[in-house]
Amino acid sequence: MSEKIFMKGAEALAEAVIRSGCRLFFGYPITPQNETPEYFSRKLPLVGGTYLQAESEVAAINMVYGAACAGKRVFTSTSSPGFSLMQEGISYISGSNVPAVVANIVRGGPGLGDIQPAQSDYFQATKGGGHGDYHLIVLAPSTVQEVVDLVPVAFDLADKYRMIVALLLDGILGQMMEAVEFKYDIKPEDLPEKPWATTGAKGRPKNIITSLDLRPEGLEKINLALQEKYKEIEEKEKRWEEYRCDDIEYLIVAFGTTGRIVKSVVDELREEGIKVGLFRPITLWPFPYKELEAFVDKVKFFLDVEMNLGQMLEDVNLAIKDKKPVFFYGRTGGMVPTVDEIKEFFKKKLEEVK
Amino acid sequence: MTVKPIYTFPKSLEKRNTHYCPGCHHGIIHRLVAELIDEMKLLEKTVIVWPVGCSVLGYEYLKTDGVEAAHGRAPAMATGIKRARPDRFVISYQGDGDLASIGMAEIVHAAARGEKITVVFINNTNYGMTGGQMAPTTLVGQKTTTSPYGRDPNVCGYPIRVSEMLATLEGPAYIARAAVNKPARIVQAKKFLRKAFNAQLKGLGFSMVEFLSACPVQWHMTPVESLDRIEKELIPYYPLGEFKVKEGVE
Amino acid sequence: MEKPSRVIIERELCKECGYCIHFCPTHVLAMDKSLNSKGYHPTILIDEEGCIMCGICAQVCPEAAIEVFRIKEEVKK
Repeated sequence: MSEKIFMKGAEALAEAVIRSGCRLFFGYPITPQNETPEYFSRKLPLVGGTYLQAESEVAAINMVYGAACAGKRVFTSTSSPGFSLMQEGISYISGSNVPAVVANIVRGGPGLGDIQPAQSDYFQATKGGGHGDYHLIVLAPSTVQEVVDLVPVAFDLADKYRMIVALLLDGILGQMMEAVEFKYDIKPEDLPEKPWATTGAKGRPKNIITSLDLRPEGLEKINLALQEKYKEIEEKEKRWEEYRCDDIEYLIVAFGTTGRIVKSVVDELREEGIKVGLFRPITLWPFPYKELEAFVDKVKFFLDVEMNLGQMLEDVNLAIKDKKPVFFYGRTGGMVPTVDEIKEFFKKKLEEVK
Repeated sequence: MTVKPIYTFPKSLEKRNTHYCPGCHHGIIHRLVAELIDEMKLLEKTVIVWPVGCSVLGYEYLKTDGVEAAHGRAPAMATGIKRARPDRFVISYQGDGDLASIGMAEIVHAAARGEKITVVFINNTNYGMTGGQMAPTTLVGQKTTTSPYGRDPNVCGYPIRVSEMLATLEGPAYIARAAVNKPARIVQAKKFLRKAFNAQLKGLGFSMVEFLSACPVQWHMTPVESLDRIEKELIPYYPLGEFKVKEGVE
Repeated sequence: MEKPSRVIIERELCKECGYCIHFCPTHVLAMDKSLNSKGYHPTILIDEEGCIMCGICAQVCPEAAIEVFRIKEEVKK
């Protein structure tokens, strides 16, 4: 029994978080995601949850860290400049093996930038914006319904692997309204207790949660254990979509909102008889290298389209390994590529290659 | 013959060597915290947030659950823990570099929000762990490794009296400053800390005790000499006493 | 049976800070000539009967190395 509700992306995100059994939000206002904290501030008190506006994103991520240590599902959302401020806390959480879910509704940068959509935080999210050898699982939804579908997955992955799962949205997903269905409603009391959490040493020895080990042998061991975890995730948790990839001569690679735009590009080009498909990574980390590489023998060239000046491009190149040409089309600074301009660029490359 | 214990090793303290310098007041204050946790039966519900500073390994020395905060962020972490588990007893244990420099926003806002945590603030007027650099609490004229000619207010302003500053806010239920450089002061310090603990237990708001502490090594003094410096130099600038006592605190 | 002491000092915890010796009102504490395994001269009680069991030494010790007991001899009729 689920009805379709017409919702703004930033609010659907918040509703999805609440329905994932999360009752704690610590965040800070920043455009284009202000509707997310505002939604939490209305809804969380009604379900016995806590909405707390922190004094900065720095404070917010550390409140998230504390609540995560206390064994509760916890969430924060922000946009690019705030995501930068959170990197210290993200590094600490990553080194401490505690779970949390963070959303970055990416806007134009660098610096203050603007408030329009972008995808220029790909490096920051996937290659580590904070210090140290760590990774986040990074999920890139492309529709508001996919946001709704991926939020409970994010919480489950975070709890299972005891790490941060980041949802990389953009200003379009945050601001657009779509009809969505919620097929779940998890209650916090139905979630299992976390025996490692710092909840008071009752009936057990003390739990210590830290990212510190002053002995290099010890810290190396901790890092190697993290890498073991990441290896398991790379084997088991890759997610991607192949759209119209049967009988194919050209492949476009795109994620998030751009992936959605490219679906229209693919449909229109197919109507003209061009055999093109879309490969849409959903996990930006772990990146589906092998699955993308599998297309090398099938296509004449790849086109990578992003709302940045070449970030996922580096991972695409790592997958293709120069075996076929990889072209790039990017808009940035808040500019969103249109179906027509992507088509035009594709056709130009088609001509050049002939 | 009867043998009555006058003082025994606190149960909530781990019996082991600490890395603190001889005469460091962290030791005395850790002990007072452990004594109160014993007396008030708080061991099973306490979580302590440890800072970056000399007490970064504090979780090795007390038997409570412990977490490690980033530099200055302990009040924010403590907030997260207390909001997640409001029935637990949460302490944020911080030094003056941690609390009054990089962590100034976090402590002011935790206090302003009346966050129901207890802050144990160790003020030794320098950055001890990193070798004795100037801190926001370093006194005018005090020589440190980054104020080798003595702190010059024309260059770097005046030291901050955190307790008085936070006491101007509505959120705090109890704010006091103590010292542990004499037996009588230790008795008073423990009284203040007990009141701070009670303020949290009764849900009255934010509580903090600032402890003027000796740092013999970075002050280039013997431990006993450092007790004198607290008396003659620190207390005149940082007076002892209670700066905020909300109704109901006892 | 060994007679219990008014002051028991955990040798290996002592860091020779001198606070206990400084504050002892009857001056019955002093630095031992021998070293503990960390290289400090731990404090020792040098006059059992002179100790008034006030507990100040335990109160000022940063290492919680000192325990104090009130020993009451029963009055024999």
